[in-house]
Formats: sequence, C-alpha cells, structure tokens
Amino acid sequence: MSVSSTIENAVRVEMKRQPMPPRERLEQVFDVQDLTATYGSKPALKNVSMEIHKNLVTAIIGPSGCGKSTYIRCFNRMNDLVPSFSQTGTIRYHGQDIAAKDVDPVAVRRTIGMVFQRPNPFPKSIHDNVAWGLKVLGMKDNLSDRVEKALTQAALWDEVKDRLKQSALGLSGGQQQRLCIARALAVEPDVVLMDEPASALDPIATQAIEQLLHELKSEYSFVIVTHNMQQAARVADMTAFFSISRGGEGHRWGELIEYDATEKIFTAPSDKRTEDYVTGRFG
Amino acid sequence: MSTYDATGNATRRPFSGRRVRAGDLILQGVAGAAALGAVVLVGLIVYKVVQGARLSFSTFGLGFLTTTGWDPVHQQFGAANFLFGTIVTSFGALLLATPLALGIALFLTELAPRWIRAPVTALVETLAAIPSVVMGLWGIIVLAPVLQDHVMPALHSALGFIPLFGPSTTGASIFTAIVVLTIMILPIISSVSRELFLGVPGELKEAALGLGATRWEMVRGVIFPYARGGVASAMILGLGRALGEAIAVFYVIGAFNGKISWNLFGPGNTIGAWLASEYSNSGSKLETSSLFYLGVILLVFSLLVNFLAQVIVRRVSRRQGLSVL
Amino acid sequence: MSAADLSVLQRPNDRLRRRRVVNRGMELLAWLAAAIAVAILGVVVWSVAKRGASELNLDLLTKPRVPFALPGQPAGGLANAFVGTLVMVGLATLMALPVGILIAIYVNEFAPRAIRRGLGLVLDILNGVPAIVVGIFVFGLIVATHGQSGFAGGFALAVLMLPLVARSTIEVLLLVPGSLREASLGLGVARWRTTLGIVLPQAIGGIVTGAVLAVARVAGETAPLLFASSVGVSNSADWNPTHPLQSVPVAIFELSDTGVKSDVAQAWAGAFVLLMFILVTSLTARWLATRSRRKLQRAAR
Repeated sequence: MSVSSTIENAVRVEMKRQPMPPRERLEQVFDVQDLTATYGSKPALKNVSMEIHKNLVTAIIGPSGCGKSTYIRCFNRMNDLVPSFSQTGTIRYHGQDIAAKDVDPVAVRRTIGMVFQRPNPFPKSIHDNVAWGLKVLGMKDNLSDRVEKALTQAALWDEVKDRLKQSALGLSGGQQQRLCIARALAVEPDVVLMDEPASALDPIATQAIEQLLHELKSEYSFVIVTHNMQQAARVADMTAFFSISRGGEGHRWGELIEYDATEKIFTAPSDKRTEDYVTGRFG
Repeated sequence: MSTYDATGNATRRPFSGRRVRAGDLILQGVAGAAALGAVVLVGLIVYKVVQGARLSFSTFGLGFLTTTGWDPVHQQFGAANFLFGTIVTSFGALLLATPLALGIALFLTELAPRWIRAPVTALVETLAAIPSVVMGLWGIIVLAPVLQDHVMPALHSALGFIPLFGPSTTGASIFTAIVVLTIMILPIISSVSRELFLGVPGELKEAALGLGATRWEMVRGVIFPYARGGVASAMILGLGRALGEAIAVFYVIGAFNGKISWNLFGPGNTIGAWLASEYSNSGSKLETSSLFYLGVILLVFSLLVNFLAQVIVRRVSRRQGLSVL
Repeated sequence: MSAADLSVLQRPNDRLRRRRVVNRGMELLAWLAAAIAVAILGVVVWSVAKRGASELNLDLLTKPRVPFALPGQPAGGLANAFVGTLVMVGLATLMALPVGILIAIYVNEFAPRAIRRGLGLVLDILNGVPAIVVGIFVFGLIVATHGQSGFAGGFALAVLMLPLVARSTIEVLLLVPGSLREASLGLGVARWRTTLGIVLPQAIGGIVTGAVLAVARVAGETAPLLFASSVGVSNSADWNPTHPLQSVPVAIFELSDTGVKSDVAQAWAGAFVLLMFILVTSLTARWLATRSRRKLQRAAR
C-alpha cells in the first residue's frame, strides 16, 4: 500500500517515543460497547465499540462532523448538559457503566477530567484557578503544595511562580491552556479527556502541550480528540479513526472505522477509508 | 489504584452515591419558589384590585364607564370624564411623541457624527429618569404659564375653528398634560426604535443607496418597512406608560370633573390623576370601591398593552424570519 | 455609455433637485428632534436647579419639618422625608433584590423553554402595572386592614423594583460565557456550586448596576407611597418602619400644594436633590454597566 511520504517521515521521526507495552500487559480503563448517541432524532454516533487502556495516549481522529467531540464527551457525561441528548450502549469505566441510573455524573467528572478546545480559565488569579477546584472538592490540605505540583506537571510553574496572584486572563493562550491542564490535574483524576486542546494555539504552544502528554502518561491516561493527523502521529499510542456515514432523511453520523496502534494506522491501515484519510485523499 | 483487581475491574463501585445532589435541589427549589412568587404576585395584584372594585361594579356595572360625574353626596360615581381624559391625553401624547422619537432615533443611527451618538443617547434616556413628581412640578410652574401665555392663544387664533383648539382658560389643561406626557414617553419610543434601526441589515441599506436613493428615501423604503413592527410595539409601550401616568398629569391637567369637553385647552382629568388626588379619601365604601374600579380600568389597559405588544412582536419575528430568507 | 448619456448625469433635473430638498428637509427635522429632546432635558434640569439650589443647605437634610412656619422663622428641613425614603427604599431593596436574583437564576439555569417564556411574560406584566395601581393594590392588601406604614411603602416599592432587578440580572447572566460553566462542571463541581461560585460572581458587577438603576427608579416614585405611607407621618426623622413614614417624593407632592411660599420653595429644593440624586446615580450606573459589559465580552473572547 502506498503511503504519503510526509506522514511516514513524521512517524519515523517520532519513533523515539516509548514503544507501547505488549498487549497482554495493558490494563483496560474504558470498555465501550455498541455506543449509539443521538441529539433528538438526529444520530451522531452509531455502534461504537472499543477498549481504551491505561497510561496510554489514545487519539480520536476523523473528518469534521464525524462525532469526535460528542464521543469524547460521553466519557465524562458532559453531553448531559444538552437536553436533547440520549445514548444507548454502555461505556464501562473499570467495569462500571458510567451512564447507569445510579451513577452521579459529578462524581464521574472528578475522576475523568477534561480540557477543552479553547482555554477557559476562571476570571480569578492563577493560583485561585488551580486552588478553587481543590477547595470546593474538599482537597484543602497542603493546598499550596498541591497547586505547585499541578502547575509543575503542566510545565507552567517556572513561568508563573512569581505572579500567582495575577489574573489568569493576562496569560498567553498557550499558558492559559496549560493552566487549564494544571487545574484539571490538581483534582487528581484518573483519566484526562482532551477535546482538540491545541487547535486554538500556535505551533510552539502546541508543541509544549504535546510534550506534556509524553511526560504525564505514566501517571494518567489520556484520550485526545484531534483534527491534526500529524499531531496524532506524534503523541498517540493508539489511534481511533472515525468517519461519516450517511443514511436516510439526509442524516449523517459517525462510525468507528479502524482502531489500532498509531503506527499501524498511519503506515499500514487495514481499511481503505482509513488509508484515504491518512494519506490526505479526502477529509 | 488499589481499588481495582487484576483484570482492571473495580472492586468497589466508585461512582455510585446520591444521583441528585442536595445542593442542586435546594437551589432549584428556592429559585423556583421565587419565580412562583412572581406569578403569585401578579395574580394577587389582579385579585386584590378586582376584589376591591366588586361593590362598585355590582352597583354601577359597565355603565360606570359611560357615566360622568363623581358625586359623593348622592353616591353616584362615574368614570366617563376620567376615561375620556386618559384616552385623549395618552393618544395625544403618542401622536406628538412618535414623530419626534423616530426623528431622534434616525438622528442617532444615521445622521449624527460618531462622537455625538453616545452622549446624546444617554441624554435622551436620562429624560426618562426624571421622576413624575419633578416633571409635574416643572410642568405646572414653568411649562404651563408659557403654554397659557404664548402657545395656546397662538394656536387658538390660528386654528380656533376646530373645536379642539378652543379658548384657553387656564395653564393647567388637557393640552399641557399632553405636552408633559409627550416628554415622558419620548425616551421609550426613541430608544426602542433606535435599537430597531441599528438592527437593519447594512446590505439592505447599501442596496437602496447604491440604486441612487437619497438617504431619506432609503429610510422610508428600507428602514421603516423593516422596523415597522418593532416601532409599533415601541409605540404601544409608550402608550402604556402614558395611560398609567398619574402624578405628573395630576399637576397639570386642572382637576376638572364637569362635563366632557373636547377643548384641549381647557382643564380635564384622567383616571391616574384622579386616583392620585383621592389618596387620602375617606369616603363611603362605595366611593372607595369605585376608586378600585378605576384601578381595574387602568389594570385592564396595562394588560391590553402588554398583550398587544406580544402579538406584534410575535408577528414581526415570524414575518422577519421569512423575509430574511 | 455614449457622450449623450453622460450629459444627463451632469445636468441636474428638477426631479433630482426636489428629492434632494426633501432629503435635506428630513435631515434637518431629525437634527431638530434631537436638539429639542436635549433642550427639554436642559430646560427641566435648569429650571429645577435654579429654583431649588438656592434653597439648598444642610438644614434641609437634617432639620425636621416645621409646618406652618411664619416668615422670619427658620423653615426647618425635610429630614423626615429623607430618612423615610432611605428606610423604605432600603426595605424595598432587601425584599426585591434577592428575589429578583433568584428569579433570574431560575430562568437562566433551571427553567425549561416554555416556562422561561411564561416567566418573561409575567415579568413584563409586572413591569407594566402602573405605579398608582400598585399603590391601590398595597392599599387593599395591607393598608386597609393594618393601616399605613413604612413596611407597606417598602413593599410597594419592592413590587416596582422586582421586574427591573429580575430583567437586568437575566441579561447579565446571559453574558456569562458557557465555557466558564463547562470548565467548572468538567472539574466535577456540582451544578449549584458552579452557579453560585462561578457564574454569579462573574455577573456581580452587572447585577449591582442593575440594582442601583432600579433603586434610582423607585426612589422617585410618588403614587404608590401616597397610598402606602403618607398620612400621619411624623415631622421629625423617624426610622421606625411600623409607622407611616414621609418620603421625598410625597413631601414634594404635598409641599407644592399648600400654597405657602416657603413650602413651595422647599418643594423645589427637595425636587432638586431628588433629581440630582437620580440623574447622578443613573448616569454613573449606566457608565459602570457599559464598562463591565465590555469586560465580560472581552473575557468571553
């Protein structure tokens, strides 16, 4: 199969990242079974099944409108905020269905954190941005240590340690996004979901965020949505490719086409649709 | 995490617990109660005013609206004089205020140099902030003599053949009340119209001007038709304000309860002004109930105004939605 | 275009001239309208200032009223009116502000669409009830059985304030960007905590200016207080809301009617103070509101 030489080069360059542990030693974090999501009568995703594993970076890629954002928001019940949303199928987190009736979405979100596409720091000081969540969620002990640790993990500490009291809104876009990452990490989640976290940032800021993923995946599990294939090739261990299917009444929805190790997706995809997308032939 | 066994499944269920948080319920409950309170308040207002009017309504029925004269001696009360004054003053003010308000709105959106727009807008809206009592005091002491000495005689000699512009006997007259009400409702109509004119799509205006239309022709051909419904609702709002105004009108209308006269330059009375003058009334139960009856009339007016405004807004947005296609 | 056609453009014809004249005329009328409005404002403020400022002195605010003052005698002041207004407007704010904010929270965070529209209608209706009808309402509700009092006056003013506070708070809450809510909820913070801890503080500037504007509005209201708190008021400053309390607008209303020259002069003085207070407060609040709105819009970007 022919492959775009640029992608091959990108993947080769990034081979220096750690190889994935063998399949047998991977621990499962999420088990998605036959997930179908709809807004009112319009389907957004159909019949998605996949497993997501611990301490890996899993990327979700695909053309616009294939439901990537909807998909990732299923993992922390953020779609609950949309009144017309409904889903069938299950998403199990360590065996427990997170959409079950007796599950508290607020508790889900404490363990499964999220970083959004556009940086959205609170209109508070840099310190309080990180500290507020800790205070509200009852993690007030050693507050300043926790704040420092979170900011260090987000590679922001050195840049802001002398101006913690200043407003977060005065930071650059890239810094604000790292602050949002620190804010999310401070409350000690198990998984961090990222919905196109670098799409609003310049290349240097993007690189900083990607570097964070490399460093932090030993402590957390990341699921990242990205429209940038090269980014997926650079950071992800596993990549899931979604594409748009069409049906009656002009409905369009997303389906999982292929899900495999990133290397395989980009160098030797099994499905022609995947190959068309990663070689730039469409999408 | 130690809470997971070898296969990665949870040994205890980390997410179960209260499905709905107490804090959420409490906030929703308290806020919902406040919202319910507003609804109850409206109902209570209607109920109390209608209840107070019941005696008078059962005594006079709808004839109350057509009978003139407020006679505590014979216990005969009628609203016709007040009703007439209310309608004449309010519609008169609407008639005078609308072109002025539209002119101001056009000035602020089309003609004024940039730097003048914000200050003049603020000044016009400040006009609305003048309290009724100050407006009334000013009206009777400063405005009325000017009208009595100069404006009304001039209009009478020019247009005296029309019964509306009869001889002027006093500074406090229906006409003075119309002028004062005009000043008071001018800002409402003007600011709503201004917002509407700002919302006219630039492309439509440019299309007209590009065809070679003068600015006025563009206003008449594009802005006015586009904003027609909104201006109508602005006028209704202004009318509603004028119908309910009591204190300012009380000062300047002359408190006349006699026969209904069409002479604008003579004294008159309105429902609001009469109620304001009767606040310390300790008459019979029938008289008090008749005052409530007057209140019911004002309440009906305000509800009608609201209803009309809603109808217009709905029809406008429906039509607008199609025309934007 | 041929040369013949171009000459048509150059030759001004009668029709074009007439259209231009009409256009100019309309433009002048619009300028005139704006000038008239500004002039009226100026005239009113000037007239009140001219007649009221000369009477202005500290006594007005601090001395009790001396009815039937003979010329030559110190005329006393309007302390009872200023204190009464302070008390009743304060009570009204205490009643209307929390309820108005809660209504806005309900409309913004909890109400389904149909209820939101219904509540909008209810608030519009409440806003449209004439002040004098509110006076009659309070008369029937409280005064007929319990007599007049500062509480009745405060309640009447609260009824007038409520739709103003609710509406302006709703508008400000709408300006808070959804991404802030998402950020907080994404952390695993409960909804009520998000609303009270993130959304409301973000909107507090706008809420305060809305409240100040509402206060400026009701401070000048006369009609409802005529029915709720005007008869049998004390001449000296009275802080007890169970008594009927004098208020500045009602004082002006009564003083302007007595026919006594010094009374009318005091009425003008009171009118001047009231007008200045309302104008300064309204303009300041509006200026602050524009500033805070711009700040919120910048944060949302």
